[in-house]
Amino acid sequence: MLSDVWDYLPNLLRGVIITLEITGGAAVVGLFTAFASGLMARSSLRIVRIVARVYVEVFRGTSAVVQLFWIFFVLPLLVGWQLFPIWAGILALGLNIGAYGSEVVRGSIRAVPRGQSEAAVALSFSPADRLRRIILPQAWVGMIPPFGNLLIELLKGSALVSLITVSELTFVGQGLRQLEGNTALIYSVVLIMYFILAYLITMGMRFLERRAKASLGMRPVASSKPSDKLIQDVPS
Amino acid sequence: MIVVTEACTPEDTGKWEWCRVDELLNPPPDAAWNSLYNGLWITIQATVIGAIIAIVLGLIFAIMRRSSVRPVSWTATAIVEFIRSTPLLVQLFFLFFVIVPTLFTGMDVETQAKVAGFTGLGLHYATYMSEVYRAGIDGVPKGQWEATTALSLPRVRVWTSVILPQAIPRVLPALGNYVIAMFKEVPLLFTIGVTEMLFDAQSYGSSTFHYTEAITVVGVFFLVISIITAIPIRLLERRYGHL
Amino acid sequence: MATSEPVAGAHRSNGADPLISFDKVVKQFGSLTVLRDLDFNVASGERVTLIGPSGSGKTTILRLLMTLEKVTSGSITVDGDSLTHMDKGGKQVVADEKHCRQVRKKIGMVFQSFNLFPNMNVMRNITEAPVRVLGKSRDEAEQRAKELLDMVGLGDKTNNHPSQLSGGQQQRVAIARALAMEPKVMLLDEVTAALDPELVADVLNVLRDIANTTDMTMLIVTHEMGFARDVSNRVMMFDRGQILEEGPPSQIFGEPENERTRTFLKAVLEEH
Repeated sequence: MLSDVWDYLPNLLRGVIITLEITGGAAVVGLFTAFASGLMARSSLRIVRIVARVYVEVFRGTSAVVQLFWIFFVLPLLVGWQLFPIWAGILALGLNIGAYGSEVVRGSIRAVPRGQSEAAVALSFSPADRLRRIILPQAWVGMIPPFGNLLIELLKGSALVSLITVSELTFVGQGLRQLEGNTALIYSVVLIMYFILAYLITMGMRFLERRAKASLGMRPVASSKPSDKLIQDVPS
Repeated sequence: MIVVTEACTPEDTGKWEWCRVDELLNPPPDAAWNSLYNGLWITIQATVIGAIIAIVLGLIFAIMRRSSVRPVSWTATAIVEFIRSTPLLVQLFFLFFVIVPTLFTGMDVETQAKVAGFTGLGLHYATYMSEVYRAGIDGVPKGQWEATTALSLPRVRVWTSVILPQAIPRVLPALGNYVIAMFKEVPLLFTIGVTEMLFDAQSYGSSTFHYTEAITVVGVFFLVISIITAIPIRLLERRYGHL
Repeated sequence: MATSEPVAGAHRSNGADPLISFDKVVKQFGSLTVLRDLDFNVASGERVTLIGPSGSGKTTILRLLMTLEKVTSGSITVDGDSLTHMDKGGKQVVADEKHCRQVRKKIGMVFQSFNLFPNMNVMRNITEAPVRVLGKSRDEAEQRAKELLDMVGLGDKTNNHPSQLSGGQQQRVAIARALAMEPKVMLLDEVTAALDPELVADVLNVLRDIANTTDMTMLIVTHEMGFARDVSNRVMMFDRGQILEEGPPSQIFGEPENERTRTFLKAVLEEH
């Protein structure tokens, strides 16, 4: 039985690469739309806020599968050109995850202590500079854990793209199963592979979070006397 | 209601035709597809049964994870983490092709699909809900546990009379949100032959090629139902606060 | 208005053009009126201390000057420019963000909770705004920052991170950061209220230095009465959004005319 696994491995690993491509591509799309809509939601212009809100409500309120099918089957009928399945998958998953990411962006920006933006106002930073140099670097740390969870959701969502015939891991598994039988073994191996990928993503996110926290808490000390190191909590 | 199929032209699938929506919802007697309302009913069944499984099983998982008996907590943690981190789609395949046929050999395929589908849904979301329960239980002040020890309350009573009544109200909004999320994942069940909404849209589409109306209507149904069901969740959030 | 006694380092303008002018300012938060028809002027180089119970509106005045809040009605003028209104096509309309930013560049503020930026070290905290907002070169800004840090007694801390400093040190960096923008007015909002008692003196001494060696206009909200007495030309006692009494420190702290002022001061001084 285990020798069979060895035989299946090359195909499965090819599927893993496609899975990673889809997950990565959708993550980029999602990151972009999450920040765009998260920041648009804070605009002083009502129409901008409404556009962001509509995007978030529509993509969070409908099923990811349905969105995928809509983009792959319906969009071509309306606009005339057909996306390659893998691009349809990346677009659909990215837009979907971006809607959830938008809430994360908004929430962590809100969580930055008000005193920080007040100090930035007091120093006459422009609103753009305020966001770029003061608020976002601090908000970023809080975004990493929820983004990590969303990335795992993306990984699981990539399996959906098998339904529009993209040869990612699940599709390969289905194909192998139809050729070889051995259903229980193949599906088990596929599940284990997803589990390993999810675990690696979680580890990666934890590393990122540690690094981001470090840039906020500790900086290299060039010269300071030990007696001066009195750490006091900054009251917010 | 009888619809004259000739009025709904098969050409020009790019343009929207409302009569096609009507066909989808009220198919003519000889149609090769079922009414979308059937799919809606199956979707609701799946959501309700899946939710019951998830809510009950999730609580069991959460309590097991906090058990002081190491094998119990370790098993629960392993199961929860494994199911949470892997795609529902593959889990459905595994249930439908491997587990349900071996456990329910006599059953017809259609029912097997429903059993596999509803159970898979419930099991997958039970793992999410177990995390929500854990957060709620952890949020109960430590003093409550100490008080129960001081009063020598039996284990079961500790849970039913003291801990859970405090933990559960606060997590209701989160549980509600997961039920809505589950509702939106029901379409996955079409892959194992459960005739929910997307299945109906697909069979309509493959007969008439009018995918546009079919899938869009399914999307709109989901959107409308999500928005409507979000309202009681908002009320719960306002009442019990965020977790 | 009472005349002010000369304090070392301060000079009085000829009284014709006040640096700051509040004109019938009303500020409401919902149904709560915090400032009622407030009229007062601050001359260039003056040091004015605002005292009064919490909720009397003193901090709100500073926040209005810093455009952290907007007036409900009335107008504020800073150095000849209106902070609250701007000219648009010949008409006076409510000032927008851009206009506010231009006018408030002349004002610096130090907060009770320091609000140093945790994603930058001390040097960056002080130089970032001069570089980004005033357009200075980084070298120029860093040189000035070094001077200011020396002045507040933290010249060796340029590369440290705010979390490595004590509260008093952080507040002194915050003062340097505000000074780096070369403001005409410094707003000090209870700047020692969040500090441990041993650290308060260092910060107050820095402020005393600034008062004595420059002619910076200062608007101070504080409970440190000794400091207020040393530094101010004028003290204003606030209660429920209006000026109850104002005059030189010798009058307010020595022989206050208003009963409320007397009871307030008695309570505060007993605390200290």
